[in-house]
Amino acid sequence: MKRRSIAKKLPSYLLFSLLILVYALYLVILPSSTLVINGAGSTFVYPLISKWSSEYRKIDPSMIINYQSIGSGGGIRLFINKTVDFGASDAPLNKQQMEVAKGVIHIPETLGAVVMSYNLPNINLIINLTGEVIADIYLGKITRWSDKRITELNPGIKMPDEKIVVIHRAEGSGTTYVFTDYLSRVNNEWKSLVGRGTSVQWPTGLGAVGSEGVASLINQIKFSIGYIELSYALQTNMTYAAIRNQYGKFVIPAPENVKQAASNLARSLPKGNESWENVSLVDAPGENAYPIVSFSYILVYEELSLLPGMNERKAKDLVNFLWWCVHEGQNYSLSLGYVPLPPEVVRINEESIRMIKFKGISLMGGD
Amino acid sequence: MNEDEVFYLFSLAVASISLLLLALILVVLVQYTLPVIKEMGFDYFITSSWNPVFGKERYGILPYFLGTVLTSFIAVLVGVPISFGIALFLTEYSNKTLKKYLSIMIDLLAAIPSVIYGLWGFFVFRNFILDYIEKPLHNYFGKISIFSATPTGLDFLSGGLILAIMIIPIVSSVTREVLELVPTEIKEGIYAIGGNRYDVIVYGSIRYSKNGILGAILLGLGRAVGETMAVSMVIGNATGENALPRSLFSAGQTLSSLIANEFNEANPTSLHPNALVGAGLVLLMMAIVVNLGARAIVNKYKR
Repeated sequence: MKRRSIAKKLPSYLLFSLLILVYALYLVILPSSTLVINGAGSTFVYPLISKWSSEYRKIDPSMIINYQSIGSGGGIRLFINKTVDFGASDAPLNKQQMEVAKGVIHIPETLGAVVMSYNLPNINLIINLTGEVIADIYLGKITRWSDKRITELNPGIKMPDEKIVVIHRAEGSGTTYVFTDYLSRVNNEWKSLVGRGTSVQWPTGLGAVGSEGVASLINQIKFSIGYIELSYALQTNMTYAAIRNQYGKFVIPAPENVKQAASNLARSLPKGNESWENVSLVDAPGENAYPIVSFSYILVYEELSLLPGMNERKAKDLVNFLWWCVHEGQNYSLSLGYVPLPPEVVRINEESIRMIKFKGISLMGGD
Repeated sequence: MNEDEVFYLFSLAVASISLLLLALILVVLVQYTLPVIKEMGFDYFITSSWNPVFGKERYGILPYFLGTVLTSFIAVLVGVPISFGIALFLTEYSNKTLKKYLSIMIDLLAAIPSVIYGLWGFFVFRNFILDYIEKPLHNYFGKISIFSATPTGLDFLSGGLILAIMIIPIVSSVTREVLELVPTEIKEGIYAIGGNRYDVIVYGSIRYSKNGILGAILLGLGRAVGETMAVSMVIGNATGENALPRSLFSAGQTLSSLIANEFNEANPTSLHPNALVGAGLVLLMMAIVVNLGARAIVNKYKR
C-alpha cells in the first residue's frame, strides 16, 4: 500500500481550517448588525418569554432576545455574575442575594397559580381542600382519603378508604417554592419543620421530575395527589381541587380568581428597587381570590452600564422590550396558561422601568 | 522535524489533556466542597438531614451514598448472572451465525441512550415490577422489613433492576471476550481425560478466566454507580431521612440523581450548590476506586 505523507494531505487540511475560520469570522461579524440581549432563568416562564421574543422580533427586527431556561437558581447565579442582561426567577431575591446583586430591580412579569391535582377513580366532582389539610397530607399526618378531615370538607362525595400517595417535584423548582410558601403560611408545623424553598426536605412522598413527571405519575397511580402549575394543568386537562381561601370560600384557579389575589395586594407591594423578599401572594384576601398564587419576576440592574458589553443602544432596546412585555406582551399570557397582570401591578412596573438608567441617564422618555 | 516527531508531539499533547482534565476537575470539586465540610464537619458524610431551606440549612449525604451502593448492588446481583449466561451461551454453545447476530443485538442494547431506558422504566417496566414482583412479595412477606413499605414501583428495587438491564451489554461482552481467550488446549485436555461440556466450562473456562470475569463485573459496577437519568426516573426521588434505604420498596435517591435534580435551582448564595458538588466528589471517588479496581484485575489477567 502506498504511504501518504502529511505533506500530501496538507491542502485538504488547509481547506478545512479555512472553512472553520470563515465560519468563526461570520459568527463574530454577525452580531454587530443585530443586537443580542441575553437572559436566563425560570423554566416556568420559558414558554411566555419565548413567545414574547418571537413576537417582539416582528416589532423590532434588529434585536434578538436569547433566553435560556436553566432554572431560577441558575438564572440568579448568572445575573449576579453579570453574565446575562436580565434574569428571571419565580422567587424574589432573598437578603443575601440582594447584598451581592446591588441595584437590582424586580419586575413581576406574569402571574402563575399552583393547583392540587389528584387521581380518584369514579369521582368526577371537584373535591374541596383546605391549606391545613394539604399541609397535613404532605406532613404524612393525614394518610387516607377517608380521613374525617377530608370527608367533612366534601359532603356528598364518598371518599375511598385508600392510602393517599403523595407526589412532589423531585428537582428544585419555582412551583415548589410557591407551594411550600403557601403551606408555611397556613400551617405552623410546616413552617417550623419544613419551611419554604425551591427544594425542601419532604417528610413523605414520591418525587417526580418536572410538571410532566408529576402529572403522569398522578395519571398512573390511583389515589395519588400532587401539585402542578396551572398552565400545565390547563394544557393537559387535569382535574384539580377547589381550595378554601381566607374569606372561607372554596375557589378554583380561574384567571379572574388568580388576578384578584394580586390586585388585592397591589397596594402593599414595594417599589421596584426595594426588597421583594417578603412579597407573597399566597392566601391573599378577597372573596374570590385563589390562595396559591405567585408572581414570576424579571431581574434587571438599575444601572445598566455596570454590565460588560452593554452600550446605550442595547440598554434602550432592553428597556423598550421590558415596557412592551408588561403592556402589549400581557395579551399573550392567557392562551399560554398564564394570567395577565392586573393594572395596579402594571403601574408599579412602569415606575420601576423608568428607574432603569444608563450612566445615570434614564432611558424611558417622559411619557 | 519529521513526520514521526510531529505525530509523537501531537499525541503526547492530546494524551496529557486527559490527565490535565481529571486533575482540574478534582481541584474544582475539592475547592467547592470545602465550605460545606467546614460548616457541617464530618456530619456531612454520616448524617441524613438534607435541608436547603434558608435558615435551616443542613446537609448530609449518607442516604444517597447508601442509595447508590444499594442500587448498584442489586444491579450486579441481578445483571451479572444474566450477562454471564449470555456470554457462556455465545462462546460455548451457539453456532457462528446465531453468535454473530446475538452479539450485534447485545451491543445495540449498549447504544440505547439512558433516558430511553428511563422512559421505558417509568411507563412500562415499573408497572411490571409493581404487579408481578413487589405486590406478591409485599403481600406474602410484608412482615420482613425489606419488603414492608407499600410498593409503588418507584423505589430502590426498580432503580436497581433498571441498572441491571443497563449493565448487561458491557458485562456480557467483556465476559465473552475473556472466555474466548481460553486456550483450546485446556478445553481439549479436559475432554481428553473424559470430562463433559459442564466440566470444560466449570474447570476450564471459568477457572482460567475468573480474574477477567471479576474485571467485567467491576466495569459493570462502575457504570451502575454513575448512571443518572434512568435511575432518577424510577427511584422515587425522596430526600433526607425519608430517603434512607429502609426497605427495597421505599423511595430514595442516588448521588447522581440528587445532583441532576437539585443543581439547577440551587440557591447560589447558600451552601446548597457546594453540598451538591460534594456529592459529585464522593461519586467521582467511588467511580475511580471501582474503575481502578477493574483495570487492575483485567490487566493482571492479561499478563
